[in-house]
Amino acid sequence: MKRTENYVKIEFMSRSANEGFARLAAAGFAAQLDPTLDELGDIKTAVSEAVTNAIVHAYPDELGRIMLKLRLSAGNTLELTVRDWGRGMEDVEQALEPLFTTGGAERSGMGFTIMESFMDHLRVKSAPGKGTTVVMRKRIATRLASGK
Amino acid sequence: MEIRSSCRDRLMTTQLQGELDHHGAKGLLEQLEREIDACLPRQLVLDFSAVSFMDSSGIAVVVRARRRMDTLGGTVTLKNVPPQPRKVFEASGVTRLVKMS
Ligand SMILES: Nc1ncnc2c1ncn2[C@@H]1O[C@H](COP(=O)(O)OP(=O)(O)OP(=O)(O)O)[C@@H](O)[C@H]1O
Ligand SMILES: [Mg+2]
Repeated sequence: MKRTENYVKIEFMSRSANEGFARLAAAGFAAQLDPTLDELGDIKTAVSEAVTNAIVHAYPDELGRIMLKLRLSAGNTLELTVRDWGRGMEDVEQALEPLFTTGGAERSGMGFTIMESFMDHLRVKSAPGKGTTVVMRKRIATRLASGK
Repeated sequence: MEIRSSCRDRLMTTQLQGELDHHGAKGLLEQLEREIDACLPRQLVLDFSAVSFMDSSGIAVVVRARRRMDTLGGTVTLKNVPPQPRKVFEASGVTRLVKMS
């Protein structure tokens, strides 16, 4: 694991109103890497998917605690960690498959597929009754014009 | 998230506005289905020009609308989709289910 240059850790309640907040926090932290609009969109989308999963699937009938960690490591890499202490998953392999969902009509089973395609790296650790940790990484290309 | 629909000559156009995430999509599926059932359109156009952000919650909305329109023998078209929602639609294969103009 490359050296940590900067990090921020935020903890919040599993209320859906915090989905937008988590996206803005991630975008705000990522700004120091001078990302393109397209890269910012990818980061916001991936955070939104992971945080929504924690709100919807980890704590279906209760309010729980969610942690978002934003980390910047050497080599312009942004690491996003979303952790919950909720229900967890029996079978992570299966959960990662496109279209697999335990959600209702409002879910499509595409969240992990989107995280995978928008980020360079995705790792999911989960245990039933213990919770879930999702770690994603994306390298942000340095741009000549940034002058840093 | 707000939606506003118009219905004329069996063409229904729905303007979506705001952030289409899990928080914003609450109640949206039901509202859209009610409006489709009241209009009974042959063509449903979902206008995304004022959607400032969309995640997988938007996929479910489009897939459900498409299913409803299938039972009515009609079509769904997505109009004015900004780059960020477009990328989500492309990554999820929705572009194979509905037309995007
Ligand atoms: N944090 C979590 N805690 C417990 N289960 C989870 C968690 N995240 C995902 N899952 C499980 O993995 C499945 C797949 O997740 P994914 O995000 O790909 O799809 P979805 O959330 O069901 O639908 P969509 O994201 O398209 O709205 C979920 O239906 C759920 O069963
Ligand atoms: Mg999901």
